[in-house]
Amino acid sequence: MADSPPRIMRPTSPHLQIYRPLITMMMSIVHRITGCALYFGTAILVWWLLAAAASPSAYATFSTVAGSWIGRLILLGYTWALLHHALGGMRHFIWDMLHGFGPKERVLLAKLTLGGSITLTIVVWAIGLAIKS
Amino acid sequence: MHSPMRTPLGRVRGLGSARSGTHHFFLQRLTALGNLILTVAFLIIVMSVLGESYSTVHTTLANPVVAVIMLLALLSVTVHMRLGMQVVIEDYIHTEGMKVALVIGNTFFTTVIGLAGAFAVLKISLGG
Repeated sequence: MADSPPRIMRPTSPHLQIYRPLITMMMSIVHRITGCALYFGTAILVWWLLAAAASPSAYATFSTVAGSWIGRLILLGYTWALLHHALGGMRHFIWDMLHGFGPKERVLLAKLTLGGSITLTIVVWAIGLAIKS
Repeated sequence: MHSPMRTPLGRVRGLGSARSGTHHFFLQRLTALGNLILTVAFLIIVMSVLGESYSTVHTTLANPVVAVIMLLALLSVTVHMRLGMQVVIEDYIHTEGMKVALVIGNTFFTTVIGLAGAFAVLKISLGG
């Protein structure tokens, strides 16, 4: 817990909106947003497991909702968020090893994270749809 | 600073945390690595039962290897997401009461997710 006693109000630096958006900054924000989305999305995973543990009718309800167009849209978004956050995490591992801080590398890594997550999402869903049909 | 009147405890106070300062960071990275491996396994499991019947899904989840992977994933993911959300709360919520309430709520939510998921997996694999 990062706490400190009340202090004198001092001038603060301007917040995000004053800066020109950069891809590294956007990817940092997206990493946090996808993390939050995945956080609440785990409820879907637990619903799936509980439905499978409960009864065939409970599972049928889950399947109907998950298979509907809105359900599929949410699951598509969830797949992308998962893969994007995973690749973003790998980027953090690279930084932890003290690599990828140069002006060129960091932009390349940010682009690879975004490009990679979109590509992998398409691949995963293509395989999934191929298996299902 | 080097007054002989100061006790060792008095000197240590104010010197920062007792080597636990990197605990949050380390656990975040440790579970991130776990998540990376377990997510690949999880995606393969999900893909293999996509659109399958209730009994097929049930049988797959009852498999000991699948069940253990699911339990490990639930543990690693819930610890990771608790740490992550705690940082988000501390970054954006500046009123003390609300911050404490949300940090407590964060622990409750992640524990419920982890235990409910683990219960479901255990029920399927042990009880049928």
